[in-house]
Amino acid sequence: MSRAGALLAREVALAWGKGGGPLVTLGFYVGTATLLPLATGPEPARLAAIATGMAWVALALAALLSLERLFERDFEDGALDLMVLSPVPLELVCALKCLGQWIATGAPLALAAPLAAIGLGAKPELVPLILACALVGGLAFAFTGGIGAALSLGARRGGLLTAVIVLPLFVPPVIFGGAALDAFASGLPWQAGLALLGAYTAAAVALGPLAMAAACRNALS
Amino acid sequence: MAFSRWAAPMFGIVAVLLALVGLWLGFAAPEDYQQGDTVRIMFVHVPAAWLSMFVYACLGGASFLSLVFRHALADAAAKAAAPLGAAFTVLALATGSLWGRPMWGAWWVWDARLTSVLVLLLFYLAYMALRASLDDEAKAARAGAILALVGVVNLPIVHWSVNWWNTLHQGASVFRKGGPTMTVDYLYPLLLMSLAFMAAFGALWLVRIRGEVWRRRAEAAALRAARR
Repeated sequence: MSRAGALLAREVALAWGKGGGPLVTLGFYVGTATLLPLATGPEPARLAAIATGMAWVALALAALLSLERLFERDFEDGALDLMVLSPVPLELVCALKCLGQWIATGAPLALAAPLAAIGLGAKPELVPLILACALVGGLAFAFTGGIGAALSLGARRGGLLTAVIVLPLFVPPVIFGGAALDAFASGLPWQAGLALLGAYTAAAVALGPLAMAAACRNALS
Repeated sequence: MAFSRWAAPMFGIVAVLLALVGLWLGFAAPEDYQQGDTVRIMFVHVPAAWLSMFVYACLGGASFLSLVFRHALADAAAKAAAPLGAAFTVLALATGSLWGRPMWGAWWVWDARLTSVLVLLLFYLAYMALRASLDDEAKAARAGAILALVGVVNLPIVHWSVNWWNTLHQGASVFRKGGPTMTVDYLYPLLLMSLAFMAAFGALWLVRIRGEVWRRRAEAAALRAARR
């Protein structure tokens, strides 16, 4: 287990330390959230209606941004070969990589999400739910995103390819989280959306590493 | 190859004959009392929509066989099926859009079915993009197969979640079934056209698989020649 712990610490340190870490992702998130009122017009009533949805979509896009580095760096410098040879199963390595990604960028983004939503005009009562959705959904984004990152290893234009593969996989979590937030904002029962988001996240955490490990083995073969 | 040499043209002939009869019956059928002549779009739209899903099932099955048994023909079949499936999906979306304009007064509505077909198209595009951007053929085959199987797991979830999203947002949908339940006048041409589309897909699929196999043989022959 100490091997797995060391691996997780390495992933978090790399994702946090190299290339600006979460700050770059946060900057992208703030930038996306800024473009919205510029595009739709600054009337508070119109903005408030779409504030949570937009904060949520911007979160999905920001999660996409940091995926490129997830496997590519280790693939290029040969660290991935060593991980395949290590006694830790590759599936667990992939899961730890995604978990590290979530700790280093997903969680900071989740903390910023309520700020962005309120800045756009969402009600302050929404803050706990936005935080919960962003934390749970961020895990789903990291694990489904890892599939796309692993599949596009060694491909030309890997970053763009990752986005094309991953965006359709983001459809269910975006729907579930958005529905929970929308229902809460209109005073309807919101638990179903959050529960479904959690279910999708659980499935992604359980099945995603299998696909990622298969894709990594294929890229290294 | 011996099978496909006669099967591909035969499927093609069957497709043309069925389509001729189906179109004849389709245009001979009386107008719908609500939709008028536009109801005839259905005879292209519905088979294309069915095929868009059927082809993905074929793609998933072929990918599974190629991943588990490493059979080269299964991979050629998967590679050949994807553009055909994307074409049927585009056809379904385009005819649906043309039908939606006079019926609902909009080219596009964010209805559950439309949305999930659009996501299906995205899956096809992602599959083709992934295969196109990996140079190593064996690696492209396995990566594509993994992605196709991820799609097989994910597409039902997408379909269901989009349904749930839509019913959550709008109560009475624009898609309420206007008009009577389908009469025999419409049902027979629809079934004939569906069979025609199916046969056309079979013919095109076989032709594309043959082309893929020939391309690989030509590449292998070129490599052998270069080595001499």
